[in-house]
Amino acid sequence: MSDLLAGLVAAFQLVFTLDHDLVEISLRSFQVTGISVFIAAFCGLPFGAWLAVTRFRYRRIAIALLNALMGLPPVVVGLFVYLMLSRSGPFGVLDLLFTPTAMIVAQTIIIAPIIASLSHQALRELWSVYHDLLISMNTTKGQRIKVLLWDGRRALLTAILTGFGRGIGEIGAIMIVGGNIDHLTRVLTTAIALEVGKGDFALALGLGLILIVMAIIVNLSVHILSRTEREGTW
Amino acid sequence: MVKTIFPLVLEDACVSKKGRLLAGPLTLKLEGFGITILLGPNGSGKTTLLKLMHGLEKPKSGVARWAIPNSIANMKQSFVFQSPIVMRRTVLENMVYPLIIRKVPRKAAFLRAEEWIENVGLRQSIHKDATVLSGGEKQKLAVGRGLITDPDILFLDEPSANLDGASTQAIERLILLAGEKGTSIVMATHDFGQARRLAKDILFMYRGKIHERSPASTFFDTPKTNEALSFIKGDILL
Amino acid sequence: MKLGVYWVSFLICLLNSFPSFAGDMRLAVTTSFHNSGLSEILLPEIKKDLGLTVHLLVVGTGQALKLGRSGDVDALLVHSIKAEEEFVAEGFGTHRREIMYNDFVFVGPENDGAQLSNSKSAAEAFQTILNTRSPFVSRGDDSGTHRKEISLWQSAGTAPKGSWYRATGAGMGTTLNTASAMNAYVFTDRASWLNYEHKGNLKLLFSGDPVLFNQYTYIQVNSDKHKHVKNILAGQLEKWLSGKKAANLISNYKIKGQRLFVPNAKRQN
Repeated sequence: MSDLLAGLVAAFQLVFTLDHDLVEISLRSFQVTGISVFIAAFCGLPFGAWLAVTRFRYRRIAIALLNALMGLPPVVVGLFVYLMLSRSGPFGVLDLLFTPTAMIVAQTIIIAPIIASLSHQALRELWSVYHDLLISMNTTKGQRIKVLLWDGRRALLTAILTGFGRGIGEIGAIMIVGGNIDHLTRVLTTAIALEVGKGDFALALGLGLILIVMAIIVNLSVHILSRTEREGTW
Repeated sequence: MVKTIFPLVLEDACVSKKGRLLAGPLTLKLEGFGITILLGPNGSGKTTLLKLMHGLEKPKSGVARWAIPNSIANMKQSFVFQSPIVMRRTVLENMVYPLIIRKVPRKAAFLRAEEWIENVGLRQSIHKDATVLSGGEKQKLAVGRGLITDPDILFLDEPSANLDGASTQAIERLILLAGEKGTSIVMATHDFGQARRLAKDILFMYRGKIHERSPASTFFDTPKTNEALSFIKGDILL
Repeated sequence: MKLGVYWVSFLICLLNSFPSFAGDMRLAVTTSFHNSGLSEILLPEIKKDLGLTVHLLVVGTGQALKLGRSGDVDALLVHSIKAEEEFVAEGFGTHRREIMYNDFVFVGPENDGAQLSNSKSAAEAFQTILNTRSPFVSRGDDSGTHRKEISLWQSAGTAPKGSWYRATGAGMGTTLNTASAMNAYVFTDRASWLNYEHKGNLKLLFSGDPVLFNQYTYIQVNSDKHKHVKNILAGQLEKWLSGKKAANLISNYKIKGQRLFVPNAKRQN
């Protein structure tokens, strides 16, 4: 219990003094996950829509595989990306290991299946409603995907925010490929792990609290900005 | 010289689903003049025939074709479903959509859409989300959306089956107007009062086949088949 | 869509606002070294004197050696003699450079049920724990500390096995927490112990046996194996760490009034 209180105190101290290190790692957390989510959404949303409207032979298997990929253990992804980017690995020459870019690569791989799978599930339902109409109108596949992505945007937003949540709290992968280097690749979650390892639970809790609050703020702002739960039946 | 999509020709076309024959063999030549009504009891295959003609169903055997290639013919038809399908956007955005996908310039498209919203009597709902409309209003939207592209043929599948008198009247008015402007109409209904009011031509369907084809002027007074007679009398046809 | 692209570019620019100068290198260090806090003293001085920014990767010894083998770091600072000699013998490191040492200690519950504090040597301490089957928490993560522990079990002629022997597979802080919670004995480096905040009912019970010596060694990654490693910078750092100034900083570093490390780098002629 005293740890929790100490954590609360630590959190307030860090925030009110606008601790320089805190600002740095928080910003980096959001940059890494933010960019990863953007890339993952850029690939995942259209793919989910495409999967909803396309019939092909191995469709069921593809969908099952995609859903299974949602459960990729992040630390395994991290290990894989490390081996790829290591100097002894195929992409070593790019010198990307232990940089925020490597962290973005790992997080994008983790988040993309989540966004693709969730958007596919949401748009599948929408497609079953629009199916006859859009075929009757002789739309192309591209037009159908556009319609689904636009009309289904509320559900897609949820998919994106889910991906963001997964990413902002992720640690396994970015620890391995980022190295938690001070002033270079340290983010909120890896800093928390460091403090836990050192035994400083109060500080770790404080950082954790800040992480949660920031995630809530992001979610709230997104919902407010997109005016969900306000108009219409959607 | 722009070729017309007509005639639509069906030759021994059969539609099956999961091995079960839904309708057919169907043989028909549609020249495209006036309002043709598909009349018949529920389950007689009216919806299937409509979808076959429009291309939403493909024949398992036999032929269904227009006079010109499908790629062109498909853009000149519209279909109104029994249960209106509206997109989850505003009434205006719904109405304008068929024009947008035909690459009509945005300004002109939206103007035309507003015109048609006026035509179908939905002016007061123009910026409302289409999903909150009543059944009758949705169907008016669907009919307007079907006609906004000035199609050569409009298919309607029992459009007023679930609507009240006022809505039915409004829909029928739109259909008649379209017919007068030269749009070919093919409509399924089991309401023979409606058939009486609108039809120029009757295709009487029974057990998945076109049982009788007659001009409306003679069908109601002197039907050619017993089944048609029973139906008109109001008997249940098995 | 356009807005999104602008945003991403902006964010990427922010991220890359830490340009990689020629004057930086990667050093893999062990968690026990990092826990001591000595790096906070040394790094700024290194920056001042050499203009060199040292990026610390704080990992276990096993992972540090792996990074060295893969050429993902430029040098290592570890404390596991056998593994280091292997590393150099295999050609991944050019040579070993001893920098400083601290010691390992035995920590355990205040009431010391096994009477560990009466031990005359480290071997005896380990024997006592084995005989009494007292709960003992081990790092179990192939770190320098863990390897030292294993080598001491071996030289005591025993191999720890049984439900009383618990391996956490985690860092020193976590392992100490586990020991505190379980009222168990634990083998730790002195620095981690002094820095540890949650002592609870744990006490330092035994230390001083010379075999508990913990030598920290600096090894440059061999640029013959990996052309890209910054061997010039790594060499500069080695010279600095073996020099007078570093020796002073190291011996003057105290935690709670206690000296932690003893510099023992041999001067190069």
